[in-house]
Amino acid sequence: MTPTGDSAAVDALVRIEYPRIVAAVAHVVRDLGIAEELAQDAVVEALETWPESGVPDNPGAWLMVTARRRAIDLVRRREIYARKLVEVGRSLVDVPPPDLREADDIDDDLLRLIFTACHPVLSPTSRIGLTLRLLGGLTTEEIARALLVSESTVAQRIVRAKRTLARAGVPFEVPRGPDRSARLSSVLEVIYLIFNEGYSATSGDDVVRPALCEDALRLARTLEALIPDEPEVHGLAALLELQASRMATRADAGGRPVLLADQDRSRWNRLLIGRGLKALLQAGDGPYSVQASIAACHATAVRYEDTDWAKIATLYGLLMRVEFSPVVELNRAVAVSMSDGPEAGLALVESLADEPALAGYPWLPSVRGDLLERMGRLAEARAEFERAALLTRNARERELLLARAGHFGTEST
Amino acid sequence: MPRYLSMIRVDEQNAPPEGPSPELQERMGALFEEITRAGVMLDTAGLTPTSEGTRITWSGGALSYTDGPFTETKEVVGGYAILQAKNKAEALEWTKRFLECHEAFWTVTAELREIAEP
Repeated sequence: MTPTGDSAAVDALVRIEYPRIVAAVAHVVRDLGIAEELAQDAVVEALETWPESGVPDNPGAWLMVTARRRAIDLVRRREIYARKLVEVGRSLVDVPPPDLREADDIDDDLLRLIFTACHPVLSPTSRIGLTLRLLGGLTTEEIARALLVSESTVAQRIVRAKRTLARAGVPFEVPRGPDRSARLSSVLEVIYLIFNEGYSATSGDDVVRPALCEDALRLARTLEALIPDEPEVHGLAALLELQASRMATRADAGGRPVLLADQDRSRWNRLLIGRGLKALLQAGDGPYSVQASIAACHATAVRYEDTDWAKIATLYGLLMRVEFSPVVELNRAVAVSMSDGPEAGLALVESLADEPALAGYPWLPSVRGDLLERMGRLAEARAEFERAALLTRNARERELLLARAGHFGTEST
Repeated sequence: MPRYLSMIRVDEQNAPPEGPSPELQERMGALFEEITRAGVMLDTAGLTPTSEGTRITWSGGALSYTDGPFTETKEVVGGYAILQAKNKAEALEWTKRFLECHEAFWTVTAELREIAEP
């Protein structure tokens, strides 16, 4: 018996419908803060009435109709509307006229919601919080747990973000024209940051926090379905699917990180690899697409020794051209060292030694240590691993680096 | 986020011989699109009739082959979906919507199983 009426089922239903309801209501009231308030009111009304009246046949439609009715009521009662606007610090003059038409396409509203939540007027942390809340359907408590910050911090960020959007008069729309590609980049960046925070947790005790990766992946898949004509969207989706396919093998049972070379490839998720390769077919030549191609090289190598490092080095070179970054150059150095030997890689690494952007970056000494180790310069390698261990903020990575430093401690004299 | 295998079981003998109605196909198409857009649908497909299938059994140290149709089994797997959902409740909600696409004369069972993650 499906537990239609129990709270888990209602929770699931609300999670599924929430972004669409907020999007449709925002379409009417043109303000994300008010839209979310009304969507929540509709949910509260459901929780109060359903236990007595029974869950309606189409609960999603019930929520949508209820929220929209509240939105239209609100807009019509101008006085109340004006008071709400004063509360959020806006005057009536700034407000575009409400759109009372029946939303003909909820997808357009969802897309508007994504672009608005990821607007560059917001700081990256605000964009991440707002996107997880409004589009991921996460509660502030879940977001706080995922981002390792307090719940009140998340709540404040979201309130402030909505206020900033209202003050800046950010229109609830999908950008067209020259603005569009920069705005799309901002959306992709938010999804990528969410994924990365889960994939290579920069702080805390765990190497991976899969829940965040999966939330990001869901967003990427949604975006792929909403704007199928943007190659970089497919590129990002491909990249995340391929990275996620390795998630289960990136840490051992004790939570310690496992290097790519040592991962059990039989446990890589074939389904996600297949999805990633499929998305890659529609990708372009932007930075996410190129990174996805690199990830595909790893995903399709049956054994570590089969990895096509020369191709990966070429792809990193390509990536350097579309998006110059010392971190990318460091990765290229690793690929070059694998195809042409550690000396060739070390030459590239040395050219990065004075790069200010890498000054506190643990992977620079870590890579140098790895190359020196392969060249038999063990004492120098140990010093590099120790330096890297001092720089990392992730406890598990520090353990790994210290282990590598100690590994050849006795024979390095 | 857990993954679920939803095995769709139908009674081959008593299913409508003409297959799903155009209306049912349209409703399912729209729903699959929605599940995909929610980032939940990882894979789905329908299966050809069991008359085209073969069962291979390893038992007592020997292989045996049985060609379909598998008439001795009342309900056979007719399709599957792999969903990635926040929890079982969400997977159940989508599965419920899938079943509700069907007309009342259908008997369809969806067996929802969580995929064991390594």
